[in-house]
Amino acid sequence: MLILLFLSSGLFLGWSLGANDASNIFGTAVGTKMVKFYTAAIVASIFVVLGAVVSGAGTTHTLGKLGAVNMIAGAFMVALAAAVTVFWMTKLSLPVSTSQAIVGAIVGWNLFAGKETDIHALTKIASTWVMSPILAAAFSLLFFIIFKKILEKWKIHIFRLDAYTRIGLIVVGAFGAYSLGANNIGNVMGVFVSVAPFANIDLFGFTFSGVEQLFLLGGLAIAVGIFTYSKRVMLTVGEGVVKLTPQSALIVVLSQSIVLFLFASKGLETWLLSHNLPAIPLVPVSSSQVVIGSVLGIGLAHGGRGIRFRVLGKIASGWITTPIIAAVISFISLFFLQNVFAQQVVKTAQHTEIEQPIQTEIIPHG
Amino acid sequence: MIFKNTKALELQMDSFLDKISESGLVFRRGVKNYLNNEFADFERHLEQIRGLEHEADELRKNIETRLYTKTLVPESRGDILALMETSDDVIDRATDTLSELSIERPRIPEEFIPGYLELAKSVVKSMEEMVKALRAFMRDPLNVRNYLHKVYHFEKESDRLAEDLKRNIFSSTELELSQKIHLRYFALHIDTIADRAEDVADRLAIYTIKRSI
Repeated sequence: MLILLFLSSGLFLGWSLGANDASNIFGTAVGTKMVKFYTAAIVASIFVVLGAVVSGAGTTHTLGKLGAVNMIAGAFMVALAAAVTVFWMTKLSLPVSTSQAIVGAIVGWNLFAGKETDIHALTKIASTWVMSPILAAAFSLLFFIIFKKILEKWKIHIFRLDAYTRIGLIVVGAFGAYSLGANNIGNVMGVFVSVAPFANIDLFGFTFSGVEQLFLLGGLAIAVGIFTYSKRVMLTVGEGVVKLTPQSALIVVLSQSIVLFLFASKGLETWLLSHNLPAIPLVPVSSSQVVIGSVLGIGLAHGGRGIRFRVLGKIASGWITTPIIAAVISFISLFFLQNVFAQQVVKTAQHTEIEQPIQTEIIPHG
Repeated sequence: MIFKNTKALELQMDSFLDKISESGLVFRRGVKNYLNNEFADFERHLEQIRGLEHEADELRKNIETRLYTKTLVPESRGDILALMETSDDVIDRATDTLSELSIERPRIPEEFIPGYLELAKSVVKSMEEMVKALRAFMRDPLNVRNYLHKVYHFEKESDRLAEDLKRNIFSSTELELSQKIHLRYFALHIDTIADRAEDVADRLAIYTIKRSI
């Protein structure tokens, strides 16, 4: 029971991810009535869980390299600090991303625990935040050109195009949900990986590892978020912020899904390395910022009219402010949890006394 | 299943556009019959255009109901509905004109017959180009403009022909004022068909921009 209490902050992060980020995948489709909400919610939930359980390990490993939280109470507080940061910044209408918040919170734990932050891992992560929207914009621009050429050449009837687009939005949406689960489960459950006490379960000859069980729980929390809260976010996305045609929406979701997949796929990383190609780092990126990059690509394809550069500036500022705020909240709350609630948040190194005969043996050797 | 429904809807839309196109041809023949005093053929064509109008109405209602009950083409269904309703006005206008000819039986002097014939031809051409533009909107939006400018061309041409006809009618010294007004009324009525085709073209010009990805 206590374990669930400690996991609750991660599950809350998962719920909030489902509530907000599913709209990046199915928002325009549902908002423009191309896909029914329940169809979108069922497809998104199934594939987000699959993505998390099957391919979630890659990005989690990168977060683990940044800082290995080694006590469950610490992991609880790190996830809670990230969740509070996301909640607070959303309230203030500031652009925020769970990925950036969790990285800040882990760095906060490193500072609190007196452990050195792996600067190499940190720069790798930060560079992907910048790279991911740019890559999404490039994909979007490319797909837009290809789609336009296809539509000009094939002369598809408006009714048939509508049917193709609907199917495309569901299929690509499923891929997007899978990629979201694979890429972002690290944010939700990554900090609990080394501390959650789940034993492997053998089922019909398959081993269901502890980490997979943890990711399944996280995936289910995301699914609950999708069913309980994402509808209103989807309708806002579909009707308000950016007006996209269903075909442009399909391009946006496709570009976004590919980018999330590229930054999450271990299989692709192995393939690239085996062909002596530079591997794409497996890092959790912000699906909201990737989707903004994709929409920007459509804007560029239309000649760059109507692009609001102030919005882009605000996002860039979030790359710095979000992790800093999360790190500060994490540091302070870890201090409180340890000193006020008397919970051990950092595992200290065990010192064992070396016996006298061994001491006499090793001291002469320095 | 989804493609079967789509295919059926495509066929219905094609059939609706065929009805408009056919009603233009029937209208032209009807006017010609009337001007040549072939009243039996004229009445037959009037019945035919009434049948076409009814069938087009049924198709339009059917397509509209399916678009809304099945939530198809949610982005453009309002535009498609508006286009179908304004195109329906074109057939209605053509049917009303033949029907009024049948009821009022205006006596058209020999010298004005070529003018009416030319006007009817030009109006029907504007209808035909309008149908081509509508077909292009469904399949090939980039080509819509190529037809729209022809619709505008024949609408202007019809206005010019109608004006010439009216001037000739009113400059006649042999006709009574009541007869002149009666003849002008029919010139105006025929010309209005091209105006309705122009209304469809105006809508198409905007909807085509919206339809691009």
